[in-house]
Amino acid sequence: MAVIETKNLTYTYPGGTGPSISDVSIKIEKGEFTLITGPSGCGKTTLCRCFNGLIPHFYQGEMKGEVTITDLNVTEHPIYEIARHVGLVFQNPENQLFALSVEKDVAFGLENLGVPREEMRKKVDWALQLTGIYDLRERAPHELSGGQQQRVAIASVLAMQPQVIVLDEPTSFLDPLSAKKIFEVIREMNRNLGITVVLVEHRLDLTARYADHIIIMDKGNVVLDGDPHEVLRSEEARLIGVGIPKATRLYQMLGKDGVKLGDTVPLSSGEIAKLLKEAFKSR
Amino acid sequence: MIEVKGVHFTYPNGIEAVKGISLTIENGEFVAIMGQNGAGKTTLVKHFNGLLKPTKGQVLVDGVDTTKVSVATLSRNVGFVFQNPDHQLFSETVEEEIAFALRNFGFNGEIIEKRITWALNLLALTQYRKTSPFMLSGGERKRVALASVLAWDPKMLIMDEPTIGQDYEQKEKLRQFILQMKTQQKTVITVTHDVEFVAECNPRVLLMREGKIIADGEAGKILTDREILAQASIVPPQIAQIFLELPTLNLPKDVINVYEAQKILLNLLEKGAK
Repeated sequence: MAVIETKNLTYTYPGGTGPSISDVSIKIEKGEFTLITGPSGCGKTTLCRCFNGLIPHFYQGEMKGEVTITDLNVTEHPIYEIARHVGLVFQNPENQLFALSVEKDVAFGLENLGVPREEMRKKVDWALQLTGIYDLRERAPHELSGGQQQRVAIASVLAMQPQVIVLDEPTSFLDPLSAKKIFEVIREMNRNLGITVVLVEHRLDLTARYADHIIIMDKGNVVLDGDPHEVLRSEEARLIGVGIPKATRLYQMLGKDGVKLGDTVPLSSGEIAKLLKEAFKSR
Repeated sequence: MIEVKGVHFTYPNGIEAVKGISLTIENGEFVAIMGQNGAGKTTLVKHFNGLLKPTKGQVLVDGVDTTKVSVATLSRNVGFVFQNPDHQLFSETVEEEIAFALRNFGFNGEIIEKRITWALNLLALTQYRKTSPFMLSGGERKRVALASVLAWDPKMLIMDEPTIGQDYEQKEKLRQFILQMKTQQKTVITVTHDVEFVAECNPRVLLMREGKIIADGEAGKILTDREILAQASIVPPQIAQIFLELPTLNLPKDVINVYEAQKILLNLLEKGAK
């Protein structure tokens, strides 16, 4: 069952000279981990804003086509209703945080849903611990570093355990090890709780391995859409200017040199290392 | 040249972010400063243009003690691009944003015009010349912030996380621009978490942890040293990881570049075939 579906979606910001996304038709299935990528300014962030009703309700502008999120048509339902099902982590955490303490920020969404106090306490602590900011719970979010703020923004969304989590470059300020841990937490929630994840990222070296589904955009259009092993195999992905993982690139380069390392394109160091081991064994 | 001599820095809230750092960065060097969140990277580089003054120790920029001159004077030679562009941008249009510092430094109208056109072109922003920076995407705003600093052509350039929100093509352009600055004997210092970008640029790498420098050397050497990287919360770049996962092949230890990896593996496979 599709949890997110767009049909011929075209959107122009108020005062925009042309559409930021045009004729986008995609389907994201329940429980999928979807990666959306493409060159800077290709419309990734705009598309995400359609997934929780920020477009058209907040940004207004001109929207054509249809967006259905968990069976709700976004134009017919207000943001607060869609927000129960879809949690969005913004690119810039400063735009998202507002409470006087980290704990209050993380609890805010649950309070609004009227979750009982005891249960709320449990969920907030759980989210703070998962994201490694339990010790910061009494600090003011605006005093924290960019990386810490990103963890708070992620924790506030995780605490709600929505059906769908949409994350727009959620770890850009974090150090590589912390970023990896956060992606693993998200992957676990996706696997264990069946939460549908939509991740916007440029850094495929870090993230391609987690994805079941990849969508590549360019100039407002969806140009490639499918299984990551298939999509990243195509030369087109690289030509659009997508930074495909180095493991994939190495596989392609060796392929051109006449070294065939099996039919499945590797997306991570582990995958290509396995293929290389086999190649060396058979020589 | 930047000389850092026994520098300590304590914030007013009592947190000591830099704990005794000494180092020298020569003209024409490209340095990447990496490490865990909160390791003191940004605090350290803010000393290089006088935004922060050491609590103890001394920072000399081209021989001048940063406590003896104003930030405005230092900025003429040392450009600083902040991590979050929203902390830097304030003008109505992209063009105005770039013109601002140029006017402050007293460039004439003709030069200002030329520099704006040059910087917009370099950073693929020409189409946004008359647009408000706040209408742009995160990645584009970051480039506006960079353009506004590059336009005045500082001798030293400090960039805090320049690759955030940038796609592959923009990163490649940035890399080429940095190489060009190097050939002009200009100094580039970047704070970054982007290991893949560092692996492609091959700069001198400084690793920081808890206010101290724990490693200083060539990218190939440091980004393949798993133990020291773990201490700084860094994951090796993907090419290094691939080689680390093939211990039985006796591959060279310091490879971080995809072309080099290709050459080495091809050689080995051909040898094996014979």
